[in-house]
Amino acid sequence: MHMMGVLDTLHLWLLPSGLLTTLYMWHAYVCGTIVALTATLVGYFVVLRGVAFMAHSLPKIGFAGVAGATVLQVPPLVGLLTFNLLGGLVMSTLSRRGRRDVVTALTLVLALGAGELFLTLGQAYGETAYALLFGQIVGISGPQVGQTLAVGLVTTGLWMILYRPLLFVTVARDQALARGVRERLLDNLFAILVGLVCVMTVPVVGALLGFSLLIGPVATASLVTRRGVHTLLLAGALGLAAIWLALLLAYDSGWPVGFFATTIIVLEYKVVYIGRWVKTRRALAI
Amino acid sequence: MMYLDAFVHSPFWHSPQVWHALFITTSAGVVSAVVGVFIVLRGQSFAGHILTDVGATGASASFLFSINSWYGFLSFGLLAGAGMEALGKRTRGRDTATGLVLSFFMGLGALFLFLDTRVSNTADVTMSVLFGSVFTADPNTTPWLIGTSAATLLVVAAIYRPLLICSIDAEWAQARGIPVRWVGLLFMLAFVVAAEDSALAMGALLSTAFLMGPAAAGVRIAHRIGAAIGISALLAVMAAWLGVGLAYASYNWPPAGRGYPCSFLIADILFMEYLGAGMAARWRAHIRRLGGKRCT
Repeated sequence: MHMMGVLDTLHLWLLPSGLLTTLYMWHAYVCGTIVALTATLVGYFVVLRGVAFMAHSLPKIGFAGVAGATVLQVPPLVGLLTFNLLGGLVMSTLSRRGRRDVVTALTLVLALGAGELFLTLGQAYGETAYALLFGQIVGISGPQVGQTLAVGLVTTGLWMILYRPLLFVTVARDQALARGVRERLLDNLFAILVGLVCVMTVPVVGALLGFSLLIGPVATASLVTRRGVHTLLLAGALGLAAIWLALLLAYDSGWPVGFFATTIIVLEYKVVYIGRWVKTRRALAI
Repeated sequence: MMYLDAFVHSPFWHSPQVWHALFITTSAGVVSAVVGVFIVLRGQSFAGHILTDVGATGASASFLFSINSWYGFLSFGLLAGAGMEALGKRTRGRDTATGLVLSFFMGLGALFLFLDTRVSNTADVTMSVLFGSVFTADPNTTPWLIGTSAATLLVVAAIYRPLLICSIDAEWAQARGIPVRWVGLLFMLAFVVAAEDSALAMGALLSTAFLMGPAAAGVRIAHRIGAAIGISALLAVMAAWLGVGLAYASYNWPPAGRGYPCSFLIADILFMEYLGAGMAARWRAHIRRLGGKRCT
């Protein structure tokens, strides 16, 4: 009898009523899956190339894009695409000139300030701002799922085309240059790739928390394995686990999904980190 | 003359909110400008990011317990500063682990902000924590803010020379018998106050403008550190007053007639000052080159 009670509670918790029949939860799960997988693909190169800064700042530029779109009353996707792709190109140009410090920081502040201005002008206070910065699952509409899928497919296609040259230029730059790989073009295309991922992450987990989804799973996976394919597979699994669990918990509690997603991702990282530390300690003791 | 008269007798000067806004932005601006020069020298701009982001989490929590948000900023900022001191040299901007911990705090802040809207039914908490709200700030904050800013300036003045030597060359400072660790600790304290004051004035997301903008401009223009600090403080005060003035004037600006956000205006002015400083530096170098040619 007691056992049944526990099982019932567990069942209610893992499969709360309405989880699978609510349309927006389906939308959220489909979008979350696409976002987690593409973020892993691109995050692999973000970690490998050490451009975490770009991953940190592009979503903030995207925030200004969506806010601007609400003022001009165009679809958010248009604002996101314009600002993220342009922002990515500008950032890759700035970093090539070795100017990522003050100018970039101030440019970012300008983008955030512009977002603030747009929100004020559009009189879209409070909740809209919150949704843009920290994500919102309730609001994901059917067309938005289609858009995410389309952007996800484009991102994956571009990633597949770029995979070999990008890996080559990242791992063995001099050799790649000698073989005639066009570095500047690759840099720009990679910035576009990161921009495309941010287009998808901003509506789901928000401008301020997309960074963790892009970096976290790959960083965790590369603590365990050094092989590229294994890293990608493990990171994909970790990212999916994080976003699925976060959506479930958000549905259960009504709390924001971004909070759960970042917490789970950071927990995954910490657990693996501590596990590895214990393992090396034990190996040294023997 | 007519304009001057209108300026002096403008209702701008009779509004207590305006005076509070002026005091808050000026004190936050001056202390950030002075501390900022050392931040630039020590290359610690990423630390400022950490301090304000974690501070924002504290501010979001403070609304939950209806405490003044400034205490939230300051207490969490002190925690973050202590954490960075404890980790020492391991905190690096490129470090993925640091970025992840940071986004964990942002996530926690998201939760607090969400709960704030549930508890207090004020949806604008998000905007005021992240983007600042000098016109609607709690008037009780102002004396505290001015007091801590003044105390911080005194501390920086007291340790000015050892701090300068430590910032330029820590090993040399050690060899000269300067207690590098204590100087670093005091500076971290000053850094926390500057970052959190400017986070309160500008909002957590835009506070970088005050921390980096004037200092970077000052360092670009001046060759001596003392002059750089002076110019930096002057630029910060200019931006603060101009920003508050424009924000006040903007209530009937197109397109909406709803007023432009003050922190946005200050950030824009600071950016322009930075660009102007770059131009001034280049122009001066050009003049000097011309002068050099004439001499030889």
